[in-house]
Amino acid sequence: MRFEGTKDYVATEDLKVAVNAAITLERPLLVKGEPGTGKTMLAIEVAKSLGAPLIEWHIKSTTKAVQGLYEYDAVMRLRDSQLGDARASEIGNYIKKGKLWEAFESGARPILLIDEIDKADIEFPNDLLQELDRMEFYVYELNKTIKAKQRPIILITSNNEKELPDAFLRRCFFHYIRFPDEETMKAIVEAHYPGVKARLVNEALKIFYDMRKVPGLKKKPSTSELLDWLKLLLTDDVDPETLKSRDPSKLIPPMHGALLKNEADVMLFERLAFLARREQRGGAS
Amino acid sequence: MFQRFFTELRAARVPVSLKEYLTLVEALEKDAIPPRVEDFYYLSRAALVKDERHLDKFDRVFGQVFKGIENTGEAVNADIPEDWLKALSQKFLTDEEKAQIEALGGWDKLMETLKERLEEQQKRHEGGNKWIGAGGTSPFGNSGYNPEGVRIGGEGGQRRAVKVWDKREYKNLDDSVELGVRNIKVALRRLRKFARTGAPDELDLDGTISKSAKEGYLDIVLRPERRNAVKVLLLLDIGGSMDSHIKLCEELFSAARTEFKSLEFFYFHNCLYEHVWKDNRRRHDEKTLTWDMLHKYPSDYRVVFVGDATMSPYEITYPGGSVEHWNEEPGAVWLKRVADVYERLVWLNPTPQAHWGHTPSIQLVQEIVGPQRMFPLTIEGLDGAMRELSR
Repeated sequence: MRFEGTKDYVATEDLKVAVNAAITLERPLLVKGEPGTGKTMLAIEVAKSLGAPLIEWHIKSTTKAVQGLYEYDAVMRLRDSQLGDARASEIGNYIKKGKLWEAFESGARPILLIDEIDKADIEFPNDLLQELDRMEFYVYELNKTIKAKQRPIILITSNNEKELPDAFLRRCFFHYIRFPDEETMKAIVEAHYPGVKARLVNEALKIFYDMRKVPGLKKKPSTSELLDWLKLLLTDDVDPETLKSRDPSKLIPPMHGALLKNEADVMLFERLAFLARREQRGGAS
Repeated sequence: MFQRFFTELRAARVPVSLKEYLTLVEALEKDAIPPRVEDFYYLSRAALVKDERHLDKFDRVFGQVFKGIENTGEAVNADIPEDWLKALSQKFLTDEEKAQIEALGGWDKLMETLKERLEEQQKRHEGGNKWIGAGGTSPFGNSGYNPEGVRIGGEGGQRRAVKVWDKREYKNLDDSVELGVRNIKVALRRLRKFARTGAPDELDLDGTISKSAKEGYLDIVLRPERRNAVKVLLLLDIGGSMDSHIKLCEELFSAARTEFKSLEFFYFHNCLYEHVWKDNRRRHDEKTLTWDMLHKYPSDYRVVFVGDATMSPYEITYPGGSVEHWNEEPGAVWLKRVADVYERLVWLNPTPQAHWGHTPSIQLVQEIVGPQRMFPLTIEGLDGAMRELSR
């Protein structure tokens, strides 16, 4: 089982090594990086390229580790028992399997994506240590141990909102997705929009990287935003010349809404455009 | 060799544990990678580094430990005929430079010395003025500025791409280097301590279930809402020697504001005296007595000083030492009072830690607030400060 990237997903050399090491050694892989650099996509693509089933577990601030194992619906059982339902005598009817359990029971070796683990409570990763290490857990209600048929490939993403505990980190491989350079970015664009006009992409990339360099941006545009923006440019059939015209009064590129997601950032750009205009006028007089 | 790598990493304060090292060895055992040095670099990085802050340090150590390893198996013995070099020198050297070559004993002597030194030297070298390497003033090596220099390797050699770990692409992520708003938020989160206080107004589902099961009917249990109980008093040094650091402080301040339920801030100038103020533009009209501040905010507040503590020592130790007004009591007394009232206190200093030893006033302040309670204004320093505060 080796991951070599797919035609829709450009994986850098170091990312491939990290993924393959995680697969070979059956350890979880922790992926970090700026938002929009394709952390979640990675799991989807790994599953696609290995032909393995993908089980996604999206973490919210209220998610508890135990929910990934199983949940015991006591309220339902209580209600059933008060209504005299016969089902209430069998506790197994009220155990709901979690994502981890699902992954452990899966026939083919599955990919388990634990998405945005940093959203959860700070103790969340600690609560999963045993389960990820031994790939088994104990169900008290049923009095039995659930063991993984085969160790799932676990991919974990984090946006760095919370620090993860050392004990947890020690059990994972780690990869930081760096922001792609222009070369890689062109390959990514090509993978998403095959046969796109090279000149349009060149101009768009220039604007895009210039934009990322502007200091003080609250949210820098990332890969996914660039792809959205290109799509807009393509559907609108924007002429590369419009992008190329370095008219300072048009400092804000067309359809900037796809790139700038924060009104403060748009304001910043408008102010910059205003300054550039004033400078130009000052130079002419 | 790997053990040396491991110890060097630990020496560079990359937190690697034995478990991670064994993981790496296991991965090599299982042939997880093709035997290429780049792949080994990627693999060891994925196995040993668990935080992007340490990637830069890792790159540096890797470069040091495995220097030259990429050449094994294809060692190039470049036998450059002497005549070529001579011919080149005829072309490119000025008369003045040629005269300088003569000064070292002429061409033959130069080549002889080169051979000797090549034999003598076993390691890679940079800087300095004797060994062969890059960037030095020795006549031998690369990119140096001795007019007699003989270039070895470098651009004219293999045309090998820059090694990945030598690019140091993760420099910005090193936590002892940079501090941005988002980084500060991450560090400040350490200070958040959730405590359940106040009126019970949130449904406790687990409690309700167990209580209902016990009683036999639905019994609703409530509990207090989760609240951030951390109270912070922020004291910012403004003006004077701090002007260059103000931006950094403002970032810290704006990040801090959203982080705590209760945050109070005051400004002071250079050293704390009998007055503090809230609006720097009206600092002379709207002042708060420091005594009032000490009385108003109870001792369970955590105090964070932000200041470079760089001033004349008299401003701390003598009455009337202030540069702005006549102070009856020395700044040291006021600092001591604050330190006595608030048990949890840290001082964040934007000046690089390496310079602290050279500034007497910094040492004075450190003595007053506690030697281990001054931290540099970097992510690493903030982390330490927050740990100190939440202790």
